[in-house]
Amino acid sequence: MSLETPLHKAQGMGSAHSGVGPFWKQRISAVALVPLTLWFAISVLGLVGAPLAAVLTFLFNPVNAVLMASFLLIGLFHMTIGLQEIILDYVPNQGFKFFLILVNYTFAIAVAAASIFSLLRIVGT
Amino acid sequence: MAELPQKQAQRLAHRPLSPFVTIFRWPVTMATSIIHRITGVALAAGTLLLAWWLIAASNGLESYALFTDVTAGLPGQLVLFGFTWALTFHAANGIRHLAWDLGYGFALPTANKTGILVFVLSFLLAIGFFVLAWSGYGGYYQ
Repeated sequence: MSLETPLHKAQGMGSAHSGVGPFWKQRISAVALVPLTLWFAISVLGLVGAPLAAVLTFLFNPVNAVLMASFLLIGLFHMTIGLQEIILDYVPNQGFKFFLILVNYTFAIAVAAASIFSLLRIVGT
Repeated sequence: MAELPQKQAQRLAHRPLSPFVTIFRWPVTMATSIIHRITGVALAAGTLLLAWWLIAASNGLESYALFTDVTAGLPGQLVLFGFTWALTFHAANGIRHLAWDLGYGFALPTANKTGILVFVLSFLLAIGFFVLAWSGYGGYYQ
């Protein structure tokens, strides 16, 4: 007979080995992304075909630069949680699952680093 | 009397199978749920486009010209429209999800109506933002 309680047996056995943390982080970042997406869609999407000078003038404005960095970082944060949820749902193989989770984090950090570096380069010149 | 092995295999091959997703009709709520995931993955790929835009802009005229050349063509424009629609859909349906999290709009007729609203609104918004990009400040006309 085992002296372990049923609760102790169940703890840490979720697919992600953690609790509701990612759920909350996903909702909070989603709420922040609602106004940021509206700003992005209205101001940035209209700039895609613009001459370089217009893009640089836009990003040189500190308000736009900060909003752009926020949209990028919060969006990538939201993306990492969402992609991890999909990986945990559809990939049964433990090793491949672990590999994809690493790819997910690496991708997010690489995109964040490259974009923020470029943004700082524009603002700094 | 035992079946012949060959006959048994034949019978097993024709046995009724558990239905797979392809057999169900697509209710609105199911469609929005699946498309929410697909647009999420598409937006993840879209972050590469945004990063490229920023890198190109910070790199100078030559890099930036490559970006505008690629995105000005028909395939580029289709990708940009797809990105825009994925963004409006994921945002609109995301607000619907946040309302559900607060406990609103769970009744099936309501969920169906808001689902159709999300489809219509996301297309209208995507077209609207595209028109804005084409006619607006520093759009493709200049």
